[in-house]
Amino acid sequence: MTSVAYARRVTEPTAEAAPRSASNGWWGMLILVATEATLFVVLLASYFYVRFKTSGGWPPEGIADPKLLRALVMTVILASSSVFVHVAESGIRRGRQRALVLGLAAAFLLGLVFLGLQTWETVVVARDFTPRTDAYGSLFFTITGAHSAHLVAGLLLVAWIQLRAWFGAYSARRHLGVQMAAIYWHFVVAVQLAIFVTLYLTPRL
Amino acid sequence: MEAHVERLEKVWAEPGGIVTFLTTVDHKKIGIRYLFTAFAFFIAAGLEALTMRAQLARPREDLVSPETFDQLFSLHGTTMIFLFVTPMLSGFGNYLVPLMIGARDMAFPRLNAFSYWVFLASGLFMYSSVPFGLAPNDGWFNYVPLSEKAFTPDHNIDFYALGLIFLTISTTAGAANFIVTILKLRAPGMSINRMPLFCWAVLTTSFAVVFALPSLTVANTMLELERKWGFHFFQSAHGGDPLLWQHLFWIFGHPDVYIIFLPAVGIVSSIVPVFSRRSIVAYEWVALATVLTGIVGFGVWVHHMFATGLPQISMTFFSAASFMIVIPSGIQIFAWIATVLSGRPVLKTPFLYVLGFIVVFVIGGLTGVMFAAVPFDQQTTDSYFVVAHFHYVLFGGAVFPILAGIHYWLPKMSGRMYNELAGQVSFWLVFVGFNLTFFPMHVSGLLGMPRRVYTYPDGLGWDAYNLLSTIGAFVLAAGILVIVLNVLWTLRRGAPAPADPWGGNTLEWSTSSPPQHFNFPVIPIVRSADPNWDVDDRRQDALRLERGELVLADGHQTLATTVLEGEADEELHMPSESIWPFVLALAFSVVFVGLLLDLHGLAIFGCVLVAGAIAGWHRPQRELQDQ
Repeated sequence: MTSVAYARRVTEPTAEAAPRSASNGWWGMLILVATEATLFVVLLASYFYVRFKTSGGWPPEGIADPKLLRALVMTVILASSSVFVHVAESGIRRGRQRALVLGLAAAFLLGLVFLGLQTWETVVVARDFTPRTDAYGSLFFTITGAHSAHLVAGLLLVAWIQLRAWFGAYSARRHLGVQMAAIYWHFVVAVQLAIFVTLYLTPRL
Repeated sequence: MEAHVERLEKVWAEPGGIVTFLTTVDHKKIGIRYLFTAFAFFIAAGLEALTMRAQLARPREDLVSPETFDQLFSLHGTTMIFLFVTPMLSGFGNYLVPLMIGARDMAFPRLNAFSYWVFLASGLFMYSSVPFGLAPNDGWFNYVPLSEKAFTPDHNIDFYALGLIFLTISTTAGAANFIVTILKLRAPGMSINRMPLFCWAVLTTSFAVVFALPSLTVANTMLELERKWGFHFFQSAHGGDPLLWQHLFWIFGHPDVYIIFLPAVGIVSSIVPVFSRRSIVAYEWVALATVLTGIVGFGVWVHHMFATGLPQISMTFFSAASFMIVIPSGIQIFAWIATVLSGRPVLKTPFLYVLGFIVVFVIGGLTGVMFAAVPFDQQTTDSYFVVAHFHYVLFGGAVFPILAGIHYWLPKMSGRMYNELAGQVSFWLVFVGFNLTFFPMHVSGLLGMPRRVYTYPDGLGWDAYNLLSTIGAFVLAAGILVIVLNVLWTLRRGAPAPADPWGGNTLEWSTSSPPQHFNFPVIPIVRSADPNWDVDDRRQDALRLERGELVLADGHQTLATTVLEGEADEELHMPSESIWPFVLALAFSVVFVGLLLDLHGLAIFGCVLVAGAIAGWHRPQRELQDQ
């Protein structure tokens, strides 16, 4: 560390010892989330574009308004998983391995439950309309499908971090992997909130 | 001092041979690969253009069939935009950014290798359509409904759409890498307001990539869902809207113009001060103008759609935004001109290309201002006037700086000097050939010649202009040929280049030519925006090397600094060679080939391979990894 200490002395004599700016991995994950979030913004914007170009009702003739209850339960379940991810992350920051492992496990299970409900929802909705019915159906299934794909990626990521946590890979000082997984997970949850508002609430406005 | 350098050499040594070829993460090797591969695509696109010009040399020519001509212009545009200019500038960025900011590699070296392999794989993916006669054939912006299954039933469009989605993985990963590298790995003391203007340009461009490319991905994904699975997004009969494609495409497409243009401008801002023998005039203004262009570039996409019958109010807004973009461009142009006029210019080849760029780009910019006016646009859109305009801004705005950059940095990259006479001859051939090709197109366009016609009848007054364009195209090609021969000659016979042949102001010129694997024996400390002109600081670097301070030779190490102030923050251990980036790119290729050929089993198998390769890449290793 002599070299860094030397450079510190040159550029900033009063610096403290720990790194002050966020790590490369944190920045990398943030940029990945930024570009993926833009992807969903574009998808939802396409939904509104087609909606406002459509004369007549929305959803179009012959398709019932989306059912709120199951989607609401799903959204609440997924949103609560974010809390557990936060527990895991803030736990490991203080070196609490149990909080890390249990928090991640809870989030993983809630994510799995959501995915199960989403599959059920898809099957039920598909009795009413399919992606081939019209543009509304295509957008509905593309948006929810894209979200499910991202959720699967998030589940794999959390499972991986969980596995590494069992082997004691993380500590109060070194837990970048947990931080990155948390950013991604919160993003997947935020997208679900946007989807719930767009696909389920706005048609009733 | 020798002991330190020897230690670094040992730490950074690569075994060589085929293994290193597939596993290297050296940003300089990857950068040069990008440059070579992109230039190969440039040659392909050039041959396509020459074939088109030969077909259009005189009326009623029948050198190629109309179907082939469709493929030629579609492939030419797609190649130039996606497979030549963007990756070529990525190549310069890869090679130069770490050298300019005093780092030893990119922030994510393995991701960098992965970006290259995916670029290569997606380029080959798109070009594999050519032998089957199935190249993309609906133009580079691929409008629906023409590109729907009903009207283009064969695989041509699938090659285009899937190829571009594939390529986006590479471009996005590359952009993320550039952003983190520039924000985190600058030499101590290089605060953000002392960063080379080239890095400002790369940073702005990379942010534009992050926010623009998803739109292209969504558009192409929707198109493929329609074509392969019967979804509806763009078909009005099923509640969709064909204009949605145009919006999505141009929300990406216009920022992409600046994704192409800004790094080229960064090259110009690198070369102008060195050959004017003074610092650039108004550094802060040029940096700000760069960022501003990147931002405003997101608000002008509708000017590609003025003739589609949109509401007057939105056209007015986008027309105003398009006029506004003149301001930052003007700032940059005036800063360069002021630098040249107040300096003592040295007319070597790189600088000639830069001057050629200024002339050509100003002409292209002027016709650009004309297009921002809605009524003019509606009269001339889809005519050869548009073709003339965008070749002036894109060939003038991007290819001239690229050619300047090739000559400027070739001594650094190869360690040899190019032939100056051949360089100057190539410039005049390219400059005269370019203007002879594209200036007459303004006239043929105003006379009513539509773009993309495969032939035309005589007696319309277009003959002479088309013949001139064709002659010009071959002169231009001769100029490019001279450049290729000059580069090949340089690599074999060129005189050895000194570390700093031009008296450069940025840190790449403080390294040997070509740079050692670890770039800098000692991490430089920077105190101005022209660090290589601070002779005393560089002498201090040498003294620190003797004392062994900031040498960082315990593994692949470099120094992280704070984001804005550039204060030393921590030592980083960079990952070294790995086969996984190559394997992962291969796995993605399996996915896309499966999707292309409707072999769903193969695509799913590819996804499993992708997951496996990612796991292999990230499997925990005993040595300390970069965190």
